[in-house]
Amino acid sequence: MERRKERIDRGIKVRAGDVFALCSWREMLYLLAPRLIPVLGFLLLPLILDNYWQKVLLSVAAFALLAISWDILAQSGMISLGQALFFGLGAYCSGVLTHVFGWPPLLALPVAALLGGLLSTLCLLPVLRLRGVYFSMVTLIIPLMLVRVVEATKIFGGTEGLSGIAPLPSKWIELYLIVGALLAALFGFRRMLDSDYGLVLKAIKDNDRSVINAGINIYWFKAQALFIASSLAALTGAFMTHVYMFVGMPVFALDYSILPIAAAVVGGPGTLAGATVGAVILVPLSEVLRGIGGLRIVFYGLFLVVFIVALPEGIFHYIQRKYHQFERWVEVQ
Amino acid sequence: MGAGPLLALKALYKNFGGILAINDLSFELAQGELLGLIGPNGSGKTTAVNLITGFVKPSSGAVVYRGRTISGLPPYAIVRLGISRTFQMVKPFYQLPAYKNMIIPLCSPRVKQMAGGRYGDRDAVALDLLEEVGFERDAQVAYKSAAVLPQGYLKRLELAKAIALKPDVVILDELFSGLSLAEVASIVPIIERLRQEGKSIIMIEHRLKELFRIADRVVVLNFGQKIAEGRAEAVMASDAVKKAYLGVEA
Repeated sequence: MERRKERIDRGIKVRAGDVFALCSWREMLYLLAPRLIPVLGFLLLPLILDNYWQKVLLSVAAFALLAISWDILAQSGMISLGQALFFGLGAYCSGVLTHVFGWPPLLALPVAALLGGLLSTLCLLPVLRLRGVYFSMVTLIIPLMLVRVVEATKIFGGTEGLSGIAPLPSKWIELYLIVGALLAALFGFRRMLDSDYGLVLKAIKDNDRSVINAGINIYWFKAQALFIASSLAALTGAFMTHVYMFVGMPVFALDYSILPIAAAVVGGPGTLAGATVGAVILVPLSEVLRGIGGLRIVFYGLFLVVFIVALPEGIFHYIQRKYHQFERWVEVQ
Repeated sequence: MGAGPLLALKALYKNFGGILAINDLSFELAQGELLGLIGPNGSGKTTAVNLITGFVKPSSGAVVYRGRTISGLPPYAIVRLGISRTFQMVKPFYQLPAYKNMIIPLCSPRVKQMAGGRYGDRDAVALDLLEEVGFERDAQVAYKSAAVLPQGYLKRLELAKAIALKPDVVILDELFSGLSLAEVASIVPIIERLRQEGKSIIMIEHRLKELFRIADRVVVLNFGQKIAEGRAEAVMASDAVKKAYLGVEA
């Protein structure tokens, strides 16, 4: 007797993709678990991990925020190759506010996020009309230019950077601040993208002429999305400044641009959750591979290639699809 | 009727590189009129619409709407003044269900302004509008993804998106192309209802028979120039039009 799997959810899905009856604990858990597990995981992990892995968690959260920021932009039709621009501007803003003006870090953080977001938006405002790869090129170039500007003008410590920047009050505040920011950004912006406002953003990606034709100023919407996404990345940059107690030219490094894209692509773009999943996998993986020395990057790259080839839709999309797919074994004659 | 036409094209020229796509084009649209815009392929009909709606800027000349020059305004601003259009090539948001496609125009500032400062329940309005253009309410079509809808429904969706903006002028760019006779017959009453509501309509059409039944007046273009204007029968009898369409001296 042969057996095969039969889908038993198709009949319901044809009528409604997202209607579930909430009449039992099992069903409520079915909906809650995928949301509760990451929340609890992120909240409890800092308590369990040792010092070293706490730092890794910090890094995971930071890259997840950068990846979410990238994903928000990508959803609005702007492929950014320059998350380092937003990250770096936020980092320098917070560094200068605390180092030069003596602000406390907890005040400097939100101000640097908004200021960094504003500066990033102003930087890219002139090229908002560019589409596709042309926009991406500009985002790639600007952070590389800023590095040279800092070097040449010796502004804000020049090549030396600013060191001895005030840290956050304690390790726990540090950890829960970034984890809290990540969870708030993840769930908050997921909600935003599902709203009518988010629909307009996604429609701009899909077909911008059609959105213009609806009497909507797409440049105004794109500028808003850019501000939201870059503020998020700037917050991350500002945060890392206080973790490293240093800000300098490395904040504009290509790593901050490329790794978030890898995380979002491996995790599955378009959901923000995918971006988070990607960061949760890639950052610790990179740490684990540290043990094997010189070939680390090769293995890391290989892993990326395998993933992108095997699961082009992204891990999150794959898991989500399987999770909502009900099957049973039936016997085939 | 008030003073002057609702919409007027005044001596428009448009150069694309060396090609004169629109050559000294002038015509007017009166309040409540249904104007047909016809001509052979490549005669500049769609370019004329792009000039009116601001997607293309004229090389010279002006588009005047309610006494105000609108050429030079960005397309979204022109839509907000009450001129909406459909595209010849349907442009739905494929990943979204049909009724969610309607959310985009319903997010337009124009809709808020017309409804007295409130947007209301967009999903409900979307379903109402879709029903108006022939998405049967009980048949679930409105909930289907635009990617799986047949051409006839996509055209209706395109029309609904234009109507959602509560326009005064509706420009329909080859709405009938690619549709069966039965589908055309079912869309014609929708257009007639729009006229009864007092909307002014410009229709670009190749389906002349269907167009002539409903159009008050037609303008014929060839090589970017207006070669005839007037009532359908009179226009089609003119030698210039016969030559343009058939390529022979009549």
